[in-house]
Amino acid sequence: MANFVFLFFASFTVICAAGIVLNRNAVNAAMCLLLCLVGVAGLFVRLDAFLLAFLLLLVYAGAVVALFLFIVMLLDTKGGTTPARSAVAKAASLGAGALLVAGLASFTLKGRLAAPPPAGPAVGASLKAYAYELFTLYLLPVEVVGFILLITMIGVIVLSRKEAGGA
Amino acid sequence: MITATLNAYLAISALLFAIGFLGVLVRRDTLIIFMCLELMLVASTLALVAFSRFNGTMDGNVFVFFILTVAAAEVAVGLAIIVAFFRKRQTVQVDHIDALKN
Repeated sequence: MANFVFLFFASFTVICAAGIVLNRNAVNAAMCLLLCLVGVAGLFVRLDAFLLAFLLLLVYAGAVVALFLFIVMLLDTKGGTTPARSAVAKAASLGAGALLVAGLASFTLKGRLAAPPPAGPAVGASLKAYAYELFTLYLLPVEVVGFILLITMIGVIVLSRKEAGGA
Repeated sequence: MITATLNAYLAISALLFAIGFLGVLVRRDTLIIFMCLELMLVASTLALVAFSRFNGTMDGNVFVFFILTVAAAEVAVGLAIIVAFFRKRQTVQVDHIDALKN
């Protein structure tokens, strides 16, 4: 039964991910991204990372995909005619794809654990573990990340400001 | 309650990453390329969470926490750049982004 849940979420995620790449329409692709993220959140729950699953849904599925949809509808992107690819680009894509597949296969097949996973509840299951780590060992990164968000906000305001007088 | 092996999670993560990479290579629409980039980022977080769970440590989980924050910032800036580009050129096809070519 537990394996069935894993297989369900895994295949659901991969199919939706393929949908992002294959969909011609950008809105449909964004919807596929949303479903794919829900699938990944399900896998996170299977890994007992409940907080991360919740944050993934909140930040990604909630905020990021909504932002994507806004922009897709704002820009009204009609594809138009796209010129054919050059032979060099095709060869480079093929080479890069082959390298990626080889690297990922070795990563997947050679992933080994020295010891079996510890029994009992996972460390990542409790909110307390996150709070303890974030406010002791990772206190400086938390502050840096807050600063990054501030800089992002300012940067986005600057980028999206109308240029005065075409300057 | 954990039955699937670490390698199963890593395989899913690798598959998602490869699909995202493929999307970046074959699609022409900047927005969809950006979505595929996000997919690659999420695939890497899945690997981190799986490693963290199977090793019984918190490091991967905390790292994913930071990745989520930075990804949100990245999306905001990236989309702002795309909108700014669209205002200048009236298109978001990558084939038309060639100002630095030649």
